Amino acid sequence: MNRIGNVLLAASSALTFALLYAPVAVTVLFSFNAPRGRFNLLWQGFTLANWRHPLGDPALTEAFLTSLALALAAALLAVLLGGLMALSLARARLRGRRVIGLLVALPLTNPEIVLATALLNLFVGIDLPRGPLTLLLSHSLFCLSYAALTLKARLAGFDPSLEQAAQDLGAPPLEAFARVTLPLLAPGLLAAGLLSFSLSFDDFVISSFMAGETVTLPLYLAGAFQREISPQVQVLTTLVLLVSAALLLLATLSGMPTLRKAVDLPRRDPFGRP
Amino acid sequence: MPASPRAEAAVRARRFWPWLLLAPGLLWLLGLYLLPLLGLVPLSLSEPLSRFGLETVFRGRLATYLEVLQAYGPILWRSFGYAASATAIGLLLAYPLAFAIRFRGGRWQPLLIGLVVLPSLTSYLVRAIAWTSLLGDNGPVLALLQSLDLTAAFNGLGLLRDGRLLNTPTAVILGLLTNQLPFLVLPLVLAMERIQPCLLEAAADLHAGAWRRFTQVVWPLSRPGLAAGILLGLIPAAGDVVNPLFLGGPNERMVANTIDNLLLVQLQAPRAAALTLVLMALVTLAVLLQLRGRGLDGLPLP
Repeated sequence: MNRIGNVLLAASSALTFALLYAPVAVTVLFSFNAPRGRFNLLWQGFTLANWRHPLGDPALTEAFLTSLALALAAALLAVLLGGLMALSLARARLRGRRVIGLLVALPLTNPEIVLATALLNLFVGIDLPRGPLTLLLSHSLFCLSYAALTLKARLAGFDPSLEQAAQDLGAPPLEAFARVTLPLLAPGLLAAGLLSFSLSFDDFVISSFMAGETVTLPLYLAGAFQREISPQVQVLTTLVLLVSAALLLLATLSGMPTLRKAVDLPRRDPFGRP
Repeated sequence: MPASPRAEAAVRARRFWPWLLLAPGLLWLLGLYLLPLLGLVPLSLSEPLSRFGLETVFRGRLATYLEVLQAYGPILWRSFGYAASATAIGLLLAYPLAFAIRFRGGRWQPLLIGLVVLPSLTSYLVRAIAWTSLLGDNGPVLALLQSLDLTAAFNGLGLLRDGRLLNTPTAVILGLLTNQLPFLVLPLVLAMERIQPCLLEAAADLHAGAWRRFTQVVWPLSRPGLAAGILLGLIPAAGDVVNPLFLGGPNERMVANTIDNLLLVQLQAPRAAALTLVLMALVTLAVLLQLRGRGLDGLPLP
């Protein structure tokens, strides 16, 4: 009985991983395709030519750089504003804390299209032309909730007596914050920043309402789907994937011992041997 | 002892600084979220001023809601149907994987979690483009089905339409499903990590078999992860634009495509606002049903 269960478990996990990685594998494979015609969607033959000019599609490269800059700015803004909110919500006994907490979490329960429609109506109403500014405002807003909630959860796990001890030893509050709380919070800040970055970098729905003449990478890709998909699309995606995988591996390897301690993994398998 | 002016100032500062820290974020949330959201209500009750612009005039016109429900009711129904199917199938796949990662992963657990996350770090538009290659008329999936002589059977089941996979509900649901899989798996793993191993050891000591340990301990304690997964998976899927556009045909368009079209092509801002508010009301209802009085705080959100 246990053996059948294990086989089923392994088979279903393999199927899930296959579904997750099928589009990724196809993308990597098609970066080595020599397409006939304008759409790199049908396998024709192997070539390395696309990799000789990874930035060979200027419009794609420009959209990529635009998205990079936008995601960086939105993530910084979201982590700054969200971090300050999280500090206040986690530390101070405020009246109206619950209402503010609800307001922070509420944007997460809306589909993106709701926010896009609402913001377009606002910016049309106050006659603010759509472009880089409206993109930054809208992206920093939807990242703000994620950043604030992530950091609030981190801060809730801290022992405030550490900061108090520093103050008892004569450190002014700001110095105690900078030398005790901030270093402890650094991994959380990085995590919130990376999450915000990837949310903004990949956003399509809100950007399509907010961009005006600006072309971000997802907007370029949506246009390319109608016009022309050059193999550089797959090359650039593969490069992004490699960088993400390296970062993720680094984070995993460096975090493994602490994570194991944090979640208190069982020393023996509670299911295998009763 | 009379309070010194310095102590008084300190008390005032202690009341003041939390609000100072909150101010910029609150400004963002009020000005860029709450205010524009409330602004949709008067917009939905207005009428367009002309056929060539987004300018409107307020008329208090409730009939727009009736028209929107009549015209787009089926699309709303379809959107939630697709999203719910994708989430349901997704949970059937995500639950065993989360269980395997938590209870069989051992020291590979963090790496396995990383592998679940990695695909979502590539653009979801590029992944949708890749699915069009896989599911296309000359693609490998249809070739495999043909070589196994399954095309007719799949046609009969309604999974294919005229021997094609692209532009069918199957393709759209598959796209939605693979997008949300990581968001279903992660909360489940987090919820299962909160299950203390000693509980399972205690159950084993009381002679509970593997099946009873699962149904009596793991399943009830992993339910919050299920709820969080449904929230994180269902909401974005119900409002998705890309998958119905890339993988579906005109008959598979979802509600967000309709809002997009009303606003940016037809310039029918009041109708778009009304449909948006209806969508929001339905999603909020789904959230409340899912939470059933529990707060968001208790959920294992990654």
